[in-house]
Amino acid sequence: MNVTQILFWGLSVMALGSALLVVTSKNLVYSVLFLIITFFAISGHYILLNAQFLAIVNLIVYAGAIMVLFLFVIMLMNLNIDTEPRKKKWLLFAGAFSGGCLLLVLVASLKQADFKNQFAQTNEGNIGLIKNLGMTLFNDYVVPFEVSSILFLSAMVGAVVIGKKD
Amino acid sequence: MPVNYYVFVALALFCIGVVGVLTRRNAIIIFMCVELMLNAVNLMLVAFSKVHHLVSNTAGNVVMGNGTDAQLFVFFIMVVAAAEVSVGLAIIVMLYRNTHSVDVNFLNRLKN
Repeated sequence: MNVTQILFWGLSVMALGSALLVVTSKNLVYSVLFLIITFFAISGHYILLNAQFLAIVNLIVYAGAIMVLFLFVIMLMNLNIDTEPRKKKWLLFAGAFSGGCLLLVLVASLKQADFKNQFAQTNEGNIGLIKNLGMTLFNDYVVPFEVSSILFLSAMVGAVVIGKKD
Repeated sequence: MPVNYYVFVALALFCIGVVGVLTRRNAIIIFMCVELMLNAVNLMLVAFSKVHHLVSNTAGNVVMGNGTDAQLFVFFIMVVAAAEVSVGLAIIVMLYRNTHSVDVNFLNRLKN
């Protein structure tokens, strides 16, 4: 077992464990903090796959901006106390059971897939570097890039219009 | 790493997100579980981009940019997720202002 495999398993356990804690923890602020840990683990996976631009963007956009937005909303609405009413046991069980069934079906079908001998390149290959991604982005994907700016503008206007007191 | 490990990790993350959406009734936690599912898909896309890079380079036609498309797709998914979060949190704030709760079970006026 070399260093890459140890890092892979460590990051996977970290991501899955903190994702489970996001779902199960009672306090809302703890959920947000565990989700930040999950995003850090996924960024670690990106670095392991040598996709460094995506790792940094994941940290800045998700862990930096989106999670801070979540924390601000929770704190502004004073939601950090557990106000969730207890729900019927069989509803919880049904939700967990159907999610587990989905996992079971997907794993059982993908176990037979023929990508068993294909390898994801770790620690090498330079397609994730900012130079190559930037060349492709501004050569082939200029129009979606500009359209995404319009998307951001409309999201900004929408957030202001919805959040405005009337 | 063999790519099926990445597939199974991403599947497990996605299903944890699905279970969270189905079992929790707090709107903010449901929203965070949606983000978790988006990240699982992103992880799978990045892993398969590296597979595509390796396969197409060993097949002979060495092109520098093989596989950058998937990573740019992940980048655009992140862009859309950021826009979605801003609008969604505005909706949650409005929901809290109207019902003084973020419980999604109060939103059943369309039911009857």
